[in-house]
Amino acid sequence: MISQLTRDERALAMVLCVLLTLFGATLGLVGRDDVLGWHGALLALSGMVLLIVIMSKIYDPDPNPDRVTKYYDDPTKVGVIVSMMWLVFATFVGDWVAWLLVYPEATFDAGWSSFGRLRPVHTTGVIFGFGGNALIATSFHVLQRTSRARLAGNLSPWIVVIGFNLFCLLAVTGYMFGITASKEYAEPEWYADLFLVVIWVVYFVLYLRTLARRQEPHIYVANWYFLAFILVVAILHIINNLAVPVSLGHAKSYSLFSGVQDAMTQWWYGHNAVAFFLTAGFLGMLYYYLPRRAGRPIFSYRMSIISFWGITFLYMWAGSHHLHYTALPHWVQNLGMTFSIVLVVPSWASAGNALLTLNGAWEKVRDDATLRFMFVAAVFYGLSTFEGSFMAIRPVNSLSHYTDWTVGHVHAGALGWVAMITFGAFYTLVPMLWNKERMYSSRLIEAHFWLALAGTVIYVFSMWNSGIVQGLMWRAYAENGTLAYSFIDSVDAMRPYYFARAVGGFLFFLGGVIGLYNIWMTTRMPAVEKPPVYDLPPVVAAEPAE
Amino acid sequence: MSKPERDPYTGLMTTGHEWNGIKELMTPIPGPVKFFLALTILSAVLLWILYPTWPYGPGYTKGVLGVDQRTLVENNLTKSAALRSVWEDRFTSAEMSALEADDDAMTFVRSHGARLFEDNCSACHGLDAAGGPGFPSLTDDQWLWGGDAETILETLRVGINAPHDETRYAEMLAFGDQGMLNSEERRTLTDYVISLSRPDELTKEQKELLPAGAELFDANCSSCHGEDGGGSHDVGAPNLTDDFWIYGGDAASIAATLRHGRIGVMPYWEDRLSEADLRLLSLYVRDLRPNQQ
Ligand code: HEM
Ligand code: HEM
Repeated sequence: MISQLTRDERALAMVLCVLLTLFGATLGLVGRDDVLGWHGALLALSGMVLLIVIMSKIYDPDPNPDRVTKYYDDPTKVGVIVSMMWLVFATFVGDWVAWLLVYPEATFDAGWSSFGRLRPVHTTGVIFGFGGNALIATSFHVLQRTSRARLAGNLSPWIVVIGFNLFCLLAVTGYMFGITASKEYAEPEWYADLFLVVIWVVYFVLYLRTLARRQEPHIYVANWYFLAFILVVAILHIINNLAVPVSLGHAKSYSLFSGVQDAMTQWWYGHNAVAFFLTAGFLGMLYYYLPRRAGRPIFSYRMSIISFWGITFLYMWAGSHHLHYTALPHWVQNLGMTFSIVLVVPSWASAGNALLTLNGAWEKVRDDATLRFMFVAAVFYGLSTFEGSFMAIRPVNSLSHYTDWTVGHVHAGALGWVAMITFGAFYTLVPMLWNKERMYSSRLIEAHFWLALAGTVIYVFSMWNSGIVQGLMWRAYAENGTLAYSFIDSVDAMRPYYFARAVGGFLFFLGGVIGLYNIWMTTRMPAVEKPPVYDLPPVVAAEPAE
Repeated sequence: MSKPERDPYTGLMTTGHEWNGIKELMTPIPGPVKFFLALTILSAVLLWILYPTWPYGPGYTKGVLGVDQRTLVENNLTKSAALRSVWEDRFTSAEMSALEADDDAMTFVRSHGARLFEDNCSACHGLDAAGGPGFPSLTDDQWLWGGDAETILETLRVGINAPHDETRYAEMLAFGDQGMLNSEERRTLTDYVISLSRPDELTKEQKELLPAGAELFDANCSSCHGEDGGGSHDVGAPNLTDDFWIYGGDAASIAATLRHGRIGVMPYWEDRLSEADLRLLSLYVRDLRPNQQ
């Protein structure tokens, strides 16, 4: 991999590693009285390790200059493997957390292993570790193929992949130390946030510069979505994390916003994280790998357009449905609710566009578990967006809010949509990346499919049940005006559902382990004599790339 | 760039764009999409007209229904207050003893009191009110401050060692940490305290020191726990001669109590629960003692 960089690029990479080490050392020094010091040390150590790795290869020969005539897939390869590793780790933690709700004592008697710290390890691990790496990896792949151009940079993709994973590492270890900004899905503190801003800007610039080299005058839908994902996540991240650190030597910071404005900013962020991280990015994935695998044209270009603009425009207004019946003024709630209702239409148009693209390929859906993953993902995308719009209606939300129904909705989207589309995309992508004719084992894909589907269905059904039972118990009044149940009654009633959820989660986790194994074994399959040709080659522009 | 062509399966034209083999059909927007788009937008506009929605400079549109979540909540609160007033009035006005004698009232206490107890008290005293290390059992009819309904009511109202002006206050001194008794003396006293309830557990050597223990007890402990160790409801000092312990009755726990002292907190509930709820809870707790019905 390093041999794919020129010596000049290697030298530049070493400079960057030194900068990272210095940054880490500075943080470590000013923060030595605080947990911040540990994070400084972690960054400095990472910088040094990378430096040594590059140094050991510094005298390797320069790469073949014809590399500009090929796509640049090393960062994607790393991204795919790392993404699957995050999945296995974070769903393991997710299932642990799920068992904790059945057996609260099933943990070590230590701060780092308490429910409150493990839960964000799970959410960050799956959303950013698994989802983020999957998005970065596939976006690089899709971008190059649909532009027929090589990535506009050899070093910057690595900055994105490695930097992003360092951010995830800071986040996850920080929670275990007890560091949190206490904003859901934005828990990392100010220094990690600043670090991510740099990484993300590099990503955005790289994406635009590559796109500028495209051969087809029109930009393919998948790229609209990836670009929306990158741009809007940058805006969300920067605004929601505006904060003042207690001091430069402390991890703790205080939000620039306060009270209900803070809550509204947070859920404007939170909902659009769902929209642009968990939806737009993965729609980008769907729009490339599903038609590729099915061998069918996209059902309707016009539907792509109205869904894209519908989704990007409407989501921006909908965040207040997370704060129904709170101190947020009634008018803000009502406004968010109405936009959420309209939102179901472009969402279903996207799901429909995907499903109708499968017209003419249904026998493939039946026979090919990879395509079936993507089919099921589109179905769950439709289900969870319908459910979301329904839950956004105030009276419905008065039942669902604070209950496991929300958790069920989340995982219908997260397992059924986000994870399934990723599995389908990866199983399509991995043989292409490593020049193999097929995946190592199609029976293992089949096994993964059924484990993932069973796990998701068990998870979602048990949470629907528990959520609705919870909601009804909390609001039940006896006729003398007193509550019919105490809170602990409702906790007790959840036990069987939590048990079922944890079992379903375990199946899902097991599927992930099989997936990682299958992908790993595919990369190690012996090279075939005549590798299949998956892609049209890049069209090399007149001016040489960097 | 390729030319628009006819897709053999659907018979529709493609757009003529192509990306690494992916094409798109020129399918018009299906009717249902347009229909539901119109329908949802219409319902949104309707909701804007009915309810508060759009901000403008000094305020926001109030909606023709004129509702606001604050007034909605207030109405609901008034309604349920009216439902509750039926029994609340009786519970605030009647004598505790009269309520205790009234079967109807006590049936209500047992059902509603259980939920009040579970929501407010169980976190410390346990679901079965049997307490746990540091938190007294409420089912044994052994009381620090007295166990009739009025006294329990007062304990609930002001708490123990709580931030209430009239709180009940009781502290077991840290005889060791504050240097009032040395470890030798504390060991002797520990054995003495054990002898008050379980004399058989002591060895012969330990028994020989009991007179010395009694002297130490007299000088240091009896002012609160009484000369016979029977405790006092006036100062909230527990009885040391029975089998009920808050922090454990084994030698190690007693030694720790003597050395570091104890100052447990029971929160006060005066501002958090209504008068009727407090009285109902007192009756409920009173009703937990053994041999009730
Ligand atoms: C093995 C599979 C999984 C299991 C067992 C699992 C379990 C859990 C549990 C127990 C919680 C905490 C719920 C609570 O606090 O009541 C949770 C929260 C969450 N999980 Fe998972 N999870 C799994 C997979 C995933 C995946 C793959 C994703 C995303 C791609 C995900 C995203 C989330 C999110 C966003 C939350 C926070 C939900 C909220 O705050 O409403 N989970 N999960
Ligand atoms: C039309 C699309 C959608 C709408 C209108 C919508 C609406 C909602 C609503 C009303 C809630 C509950 C808020 C509350 O009561 O606290 C919610 C929660 C959530 N939704 Fe969706 N949803 C949509 C799609 C999705 C999708 C596709 C995902 C993805 C994976 C997703 C992920 C989440 C998450 C993670 C939460 C939990 C937030 C928390 O931690 O409280 N949603 N959504």
